[in-house]
Amino acid sequence: MSSPRTGAQILWEALRREGVDVVFGYPGGAIMPAYDALLESPIRHVLVRHEQGASHMADGYARVSGKVGVAIATSGPGATNLVTGIATAMLDSVPLVCITGQVSSRFIGSDAFQETDITGVTLPITKHNYLVTRAEDIAKTIREAFYVASSGRPGPVLVDITKDAQQAITVPVWSDAPVRMRGYRPEHRAGGEDLARAATMIDRAKRPVILAGHGIVKAEASALLHDFVAKTGIPVASTLLGLGGFPATHPLSLGMMGMHGEAWVNHAIQEADLLIAFGMRFDDRVTGKLDTFAVNAQKIHCELDPAEINKNVRADIALVGDVRDTLEGLVPLVSRRDRAPWLARIAEFRGDSAVRDIQTMPHDGRLFAAHVMHDLWRITEGKALVVTDVGQHQMWEAQYYKHDHPRKLVTSGGLGTMGFALPAAIGAKFASPGDEVWVIAGDGGFQMTACELTTIAQEGIKLHIAIINNGYLGMVRQWQQFFYDGRYSATPLRSPDFVKLAEAHGLTGLRVTARHEVEAAVQRARAAEGTVVIDFRVEQEDSVYPMVPAGAALHDMIRRPNPILETAEDD
Amino acid sequence: MTSTRLRTYIMHVEDLPGVLNRVTSLFRRRGYNIDSLTVGRTEQPGVSRMTIVMEADDETARRIEANLYKLVNVLKVEDTTRRPCVQRELALIKVRADQASRAHVLQLAEVFRARVLDVAPEALIFEITGPRDKIDGLAGVLAEYGIVELVRTGAVAMLRSAEAVAEQAQEQPRTSAA
Repeated sequence: MSSPRTGAQILWEALRREGVDVVFGYPGGAIMPAYDALLESPIRHVLVRHEQGASHMADGYARVSGKVGVAIATSGPGATNLVTGIATAMLDSVPLVCITGQVSSRFIGSDAFQETDITGVTLPITKHNYLVTRAEDIAKTIREAFYVASSGRPGPVLVDITKDAQQAITVPVWSDAPVRMRGYRPEHRAGGEDLARAATMIDRAKRPVILAGHGIVKAEASALLHDFVAKTGIPVASTLLGLGGFPATHPLSLGMMGMHGEAWVNHAIQEADLLIAFGMRFDDRVTGKLDTFAVNAQKIHCELDPAEINKNVRADIALVGDVRDTLEGLVPLVSRRDRAPWLARIAEFRGDSAVRDIQTMPHDGRLFAAHVMHDLWRITEGKALVVTDVGQHQMWEAQYYKHDHPRKLVTSGGLGTMGFALPAAIGAKFASPGDEVWVIAGDGGFQMTACELTTIAQEGIKLHIAIINNGYLGMVRQWQQFFYDGRYSATPLRSPDFVKLAEAHGLTGLRVTARHEVEAAVQRARAAEGTVVIDFRVEQEDSVYPMVPAGAALHDMIRRPNPILETAEDD
Repeated sequence: MTSTRLRTYIMHVEDLPGVLNRVTSLFRRRGYNIDSLTVGRTEQPGVSRMTIVMEADDETARRIEANLYKLVNVLKVEDTTRRPCVQRELALIKVRADQASRAHVLQLAEVFRARVLDVAPEALIFEITGPRDKIDGLAGVLAEYGIVELVRTGAVAMLRSAEAVAEQAQEQPRTSAA
């Protein structure tokens, strides 16, 4: 029999029972009982410098570990500071449990000090949320929260616990039985008849393309996708979040599709007669103008969330279920076909879509962001765990750092949250301490959460931080150049001296201004004992190419002007 | 794409604080416009029943259903549009009626089988129950006398025959969209 415990003690025991080993948080009035009980818990707590950092760290931890990430904050401003990280996790289907303190139940609704209706605020950006006002309900609610966050299509769950519930004493009731919730049935499985129809459609296709999304990574379905490709010989295009789900260096890997996808990938999709989408949701950044998207292609949509079917693109066959189960069902049913003419056609696109940007850049010593990405990939042998922020550098990373393994790229895809990279990388490092973790951020996004540099120092972890510093909010500047007559409104950006900033935090700072300095700086960062911040001063007004303007057709891309011939050294 | 039509959903939800907010928030967030919504207790303890009427085409309707099922507290959703079902709504109508017009107004109400709830020197209050077009009809003919106030409950619906909207009947989503 359990002995009587406070709600706060029950909370930590409940987290321990869910397998939690680290939480990211920040204390405050309404969560103080929980922080007091933390002192007796074996769970490690990482003190963040801003609660947004806590939700991003939990997110990075979850994306790399495949487990549920946990963030904790106090009521009111503590809770509202979590919001951006919760919304980020919601749009990228990342399992989080966010625990917030709430004012005592008798004060709820009275506009008490630091009271915010956080379950109301987070209602549209959580998969589900709870307000707990009794110690008796804490154990059961935490168990449900982990189950909801991690099952089906994962997502963030918030548990708001009143201060009196944390303080009250009760005898906890623990259960190891599977969670049963009346209205929540997350499992779906595609029917055999539909699988057979899909297999026939796949076998008949002359110009098929696989679209691999985040679902491949989440469902741990990379090996099965590999089998499917080996058997069918169908080329694979990836979404941003799908990168690494299929090896980038595989001969049948086409690369990233969409707004900043490779030209040949977008051309292949537009000319396809069949698209087989695995665990992706036809986001507008992927499809371009919907009524011109792959008009001649039939679509097989393999997706866990029934609400995604026919949302943006009409599916000829929808296979609703975990993509792992779907692939397991499909692999034995499909057969090898001669795809040589189609692959030759794609090779033609590759040829005629000129060569990669990096091969068309001037070799005059100037430093382009693409050089940094390419060199990072080469020097780390493609094995680093890379966490990117949002903007131009994020696209360049996606284009030039070839990820061969899942869960080695962490980035905010759906919400596009600037400031994500640094805290998410801290979470990623806790999830996989043995990995060489690189933060790649722009000078703008980095400054949004740069306060977490101190967290790195306090926790004594080692990261590698590359700031792609072009003195602009680069992606917005690029849009202003292309679509607003070059009127640079609020995009020129002054930054602190990042080398001194690193040093002020007890870290090492380096500056790189020319291409020939890249290798030495990267190697120094790798060899250093602690975290090194490298300020890469790159070409200021470079743009990401190709680019599908928002609302344009996928094949309607802006290409890099005046391509220069490639040189052997960049192959 | 099919044309839009009025649809009636019957939903069973857990009777917990905030569930109505979750449902309406979903409709608001996805930009679906609710025509009417009613909530009340059912024969099962802990379960509330909602009737929601809204306009949508077939594909939107299917996605609304899928999105509603994503709400953890939603037990069962039934789109009754293509099923045999009875639907009723109640309205109270206060209409101007002085000595000169009262007889006419009462006669009209009689045709619609509306009950008189209150008689005042200058006005009458009617209660009418029926499908939505019957209420529209009465409101239409009373308009020329001057409607002072009108309140409608919104529709409630029930499937015909011995069938019940059973929670256990929650099916797998349609896997084939073609």
